[in-house]
Amino acid sequence: MSSTAVSAASGSDAFTADGRHKIGGVILSVQNISLSFGGVRALTNISFDVRQHEILAIIGPNGAGKSSMLNVINGFYHPQEGKVIHKGQERKRMRPFMAARAGIARTFQNIALFKGMSALDNIMTGRNTMMKSGVLAQAFYLGRARKEETEHREFCEKIIDFLEIEAVRKTPVGRLPYGLQKRVELGRALAAQPEILLLDEPMAGMNLEEKEDMCRFILDVNKEFGTTIVLIEHDMGVVMDISDRVVVLDYGRKLADGTPDEVRANQDVIDAYLGGGH
Amino acid sequence: MLYREAGQFKTSYAADQQIFPILQDRVGIAVIAAIALGVLPLVATEYLTTTILIPFLVMSIAAIGLNILTGYAGQLSLGTGGFMATGAFAAYKLSTAFPDLNIVFVFLGSGVITAFVGVLFGIPSLRIKGFYLAVATLAAQFFLLWLFNKVPWFTNYSSSGVISAPPRAIFGDIMVTGSSAHYTAKYLFLLVFVGFLALAAKNLTRCHLGRAWMAIRDMDIAAEIIGIKPLQTKLSAFAISSFYCGIAGAAWAFIYTGSVEPLAFSIEISFKVLFMVIIGGLGSILGSFLGAGFMVLLPVILTNAPHILGLNIPVDMISHLEYMIFGALIIFFLIVEPHGLARLWQIGKEKLRLWPFPY
Ligand SMILES: Nc1ncnc2c1ncn2[C@@H]1O[C@H](COP(=O)(O)OP(=O)(O)O)[C@@H](O)[C@H]1O
Ligand SMILES: [Mg+2]
Repeated sequence: MSSTAVSAASGSDAFTADGRHKIGGVILSVQNISLSFGGVRALTNISFDVRQHEILAIIGPNGAGKSSMLNVINGFYHPQEGKVIHKGQERKRMRPFMAARAGIARTFQNIALFKGMSALDNIMTGRNTMMKSGVLAQAFYLGRARKEETEHREFCEKIIDFLEIEAVRKTPVGRLPYGLQKRVELGRALAAQPEILLLDEPMAGMNLEEKEDMCRFILDVNKEFGTTIVLIEHDMGVVMDISDRVVVLDYGRKLADGTPDEVRANQDVIDAYLGGGH
Repeated sequence: MLYREAGQFKTSYAADQQIFPILQDRVGIAVIAAIALGVLPLVATEYLTTTILIPFLVMSIAAIGLNILTGYAGQLSLGTGGFMATGAFAAYKLSTAFPDLNIVFVFLGSGVITAFVGVLFGIPSLRIKGFYLAVATLAAQFFLLWLFNKVPWFTNYSSSGVISAPPRAIFGDIMVTGSSAHYTAKYLFLLVFVGFLALAAKNLTRCHLGRAWMAIRDMDIAAEIIGIKPLQTKLSAFAISSFYCGIAGAAWAFIYTGSVEPLAFSIEISFKVLFMVIIGGLGSILGSFLGAGFMVLLPVILTNAPHILGLNIPVDMISHLEYMIFGALIIFFLIVEPHGLARLWQIGKEKLRLWPFPY
């Protein structure tokens, strides 16, 4: 996939020596978020910033509230307290489809693909919001509908090439092995050309080789399109390798927030998490 | 001819996006169209046309309609009969209020009116799913039939409640509805209509609207998270599904039975169409035809086969037999092959594609 063909990033961005987009200002800021379900406190007073073009990792033990945090960001959960500021604007209570339309895409911890549809159709669905042809045009596959289908198909084929899933494009995703399903789900998120990509444990349950592939995809996406990435990951090696900054959650609270090195040196983190034999 | 994909390399995505990308499928469709258009009108007797071909085509429209809603968009409905009745009465009101309106527009108009009614009864689908939605659509079924029975305006104040479909012609003088129409004219008119409707449905289901429906069906939460609006998508499925069911109802009354009566559209027909969709294949336009064909043919075969075999089975026994066979098949398809006859057909094709070397 060439960056000129599909890049959504603006041309004025500065690049680092290794060709990445330079990390910019704050694109999304969560402030004093508290979220509970009945009596269960999932998040307590969480604040952190996400900067443009960075790869931010959220780590923490199971039940720490990581997935809940992503769900707050994309409007799926509504926190009782705190606010989310996206591109300088405080966000009112929003529905998930609004987040999608505002350039926030995500994948899920438990794969959430459309099982009855082919890999290609799943990825095409990621571009549904960009398709505007009317019912009659679609019914008779005329003019705009035909043009749209072909154009978006071409774009999705680039994603398919990029993710190396050409061989299974017509296979119903329910029949694909787990690792490939994870890739298709990433493809569907990428199809929307998001500005911010939220990845919930994209490498969970994968073997080493699959993990390496996935790391490469994530880094390439960030590098080529400047996509801001927020990812949840358990594998500390991976986290330290690919992320620019790390936010550590524990029991719904934020323990630390900084570069991988800073976080690694943080005593609270060592006590609560790294030291715990993970 | 062997059924092969090999050697048919697609040089562009546009070519791969054809409605039937495989040559043998295109040939197959052309052969079926040629038989349906060119051979059957010449050879089919009145009995065959009026008891098999016409009801098959009418029920295919209804099955496509329900398949869009249930098979593609995942919204279970038992309101099909009510929507068909709406189409039948809408067509009756339209054609009596505007006697000069072309019958094609009467049918399309009744579809559009039914689409609006369908949207109205689809609103609960935002909140309720599955079994509960089915119960809510049942309310549509009973309410609509009750309405057409009770309000004399719908029957133009006829005293009996049973009204005959007004005779209408196309191309000036070819009668296609009412009792004076020739069965072959009715059949051909309906066939062309079904052809266009099936083509439109197939196209819709492979464009972005169809993908939105399937996304909602497969996982509504994920669909919403990638930007698909649940309410709009579900209601569009109700609208288009009801459009088809409405036209099916209009065709039933105007072409098949020749009379407009609420009784024809009872809950029984709702179930029948649902069975067609399950047996034929959920989420398949081809399956809608297979299911409709099966449901129309089975009673005919059960009625005639004993005679041919020299057996003497009482009539009520035959209708019991019909229900038992349907019941068994539905259980079979629900458990073993939810994608129905269409899927069995596809598996057969896949086997053929690999034959004789399965690996
Ligand atoms: N929809 C929900 N309903 C009730 N409790 C929830 C829900 N989502 C998350 N929780 C609770 O919130 C806490 C954090 O969960 P989660 O965000 O999934 O953690 P993590 O992703 O870090 O493993 C857990 O105690 C979990 O049980
Ligand atoms: Mg989680």
